Amino acid sequence: MIDTDEIGSPEADISSSLKMRLFHTLQHNWKSVVVFVPYFWLLLFFLAPFFIVLKISMAEPAIASPPFQPMTEWVDDGVVQIKLVFENFIYLWEDDLYFKTYINSIKISSISTLICLLIGYPMAYAIVRASHTYKHILLMLIILPFWTSFLLRVYAWMGLLADQGTINNLLISLGIIDDPIRLLYTPFAVYVGIVYTYLPFMILPLYANMEKLDASLREAAADLGAKPVTTFLTVTLPLTIPGIIAGSLLVFIPATGEFVIPDLLGGGNVLMIGRLLYNEFTSNHDWPIASAVAIILLIVLVLPMMLYQHAQGKQVEG
Amino acid sequence: MHNTGQRSRFLITTTCFGLAFLYIPMVLLIIYSFNYSKLVPVWGGWSIRWYKVLFESEDVWEAVALSLKVATVNACFATLLGTLAGLALVRFGSFKGRTLFSGMITAPLVMPEVITGLSLLLLFITLKELIGWPDKRGFTTITIAHITFSMAYVAVIIQSRLTGMSQDLEEAAQDLGAKPFRVMIDITMPLIAPGMLAGWLLAFTLSLDDLIIATFVSGPGATTMPMLIYSRVRLGLRPDINALATIIIIVVATGVILAGWIMFRQQKRRELELAMSSEEAQD
Repeated sequence: MIDTDEIGSPEADISSSLKMRLFHTLQHNWKSVVVFVPYFWLLLFFLAPFFIVLKISMAEPAIASPPFQPMTEWVDDGVVQIKLVFENFIYLWEDDLYFKTYINSIKISSISTLICLLIGYPMAYAIVRASHTYKHILLMLIILPFWTSFLLRVYAWMGLLADQGTINNLLISLGIIDDPIRLLYTPFAVYVGIVYTYLPFMILPLYANMEKLDASLREAAADLGAKPVTTFLTVTLPLTIPGIIAGSLLVFIPATGEFVIPDLLGGGNVLMIGRLLYNEFTSNHDWPIASAVAIILLIVLVLPMMLYQHAQGKQVEG
Repeated sequence: MHNTGQRSRFLITTTCFGLAFLYIPMVLLIIYSFNYSKLVPVWGGWSIRWYKVLFESEDVWEAVALSLKVATVNACFATLLGTLAGLALVRFGSFKGRTLFSGMITAPLVMPEVITGLSLLLLFITLKELIGWPDKRGFTTITIAHITFSMAYVAVIIQSRLTGMSQDLEEAAQDLGAKPFRVMIDITMPLIAPGMLAGWLLAFTLSLDDLIIATFVSGPGATTMPMLIYSRVRLGLRPDINALATIIIIVVATGVILAGWIMFRQQKRRELELAMSSEEAQD
């Protein structure tokens, strides 16, 4: 282990001087390389695309390929004229459909987040307080759906909720109802789908937060005569707020832009912004409008996203 | 005492309901994949008819092959880039543009997929106009898109592993005269290797799972497994998709349970060794 620093062993010298030189450059500039490679990748494939979306959201639609008019035009004498059009945003503002869809998306994802919290909080609490072996098994059971395909989990609900599906069949055979009730392609189905797929995202940050709690604080409160309810409300709940925030944001943000769940479980009856964006882009072929929809969605979500980043940064670095 | 009992009963009940809620749909999906009937919800007796149909359809296999190819390449690159990013963020102190860098690392974790997909597609189209690359969308563009979001997950795993790790070994190596690069290769890398493995697996499954981003950045002729499943189930239930879903769920579940069991055993062994060594110290 001591001779690890001796890079200039004769063996390496003879085998290839090129390798040596490469090693040498790496040894002196490796820190810049380590930062530069992922940095460059993210600048090119993550940040730059947003500026392109922003640019196209201000372009005029056209029947062409690509379906928008160029924004820069060569006017004589080599002067470049830049045309920015805010019409797309004005159109979004004036058309009721978009406004309603944004509001509806936020409503659906907020309610789903709340339901996830109400189910996930006691579950996370139960896992933290379970014995060692049970804790591992329970955590595994929570993580397992997280690894299995999201699309398939949504599809599984189609089978349960369909008119001829398991729930209706069960209710009819039990004699509770005579005719199938409509469950699939309703807002109810969308709520079920979102809560179902995002529940692990709520439980895991809550669990991570509760795991770090000091049990002696709870015991101290109990020793001082606090009832369990009081202890919960004054000690446990305030201390788990970081977990609640992280879990809620992890559900709320992606759920607002959700596309697959409203499409498969909501059918044509539930409007959500992710689906509208997709339709504008593929069916209507209106790229500028799709880009404008994306920009507005980003503006709506930027505050929760920054909040999450702040919380995440504190957790990772603190 | 009475109160505690009541409360834990409440906790156990919610947990059981929660777990039932998570698992019943998947169990039913698996049961109905063995249904003879062409109509998924109508029970027609046990059969493996739809598995046969599945094994004979070529487009399914093509989609599976493409998805596996994308997932493998993606996992390797994402692990490499994500590890570098995690190292830079935790071990390099402050450097120029660090805030932007750490922002770009966490943003893909919460970015709605429709936005990522749309923006990457528009980038690829712009690049094609400017430099003629990529001339056709498919394997390459899907893989690039997947690397971009999976590397963020890897970076977060590496970051949390590095911050949770004491720097004693690295400092000791440095004190013994090892140059920083050597320390990185010989000490830090082996220590974060389990994190890299976890990151690789996560990147692999994230890629296998992705529908929306792949739909945006894919071109004609390139269909991944989720794209194929989605196009088939959009119009309703399909017995052959139930069979495909069953195979996927069983493969993933076996892998996750196996990995979890190995980790559990390792942890147990470590705890045992620790207990034994402390006992010896006491003697």
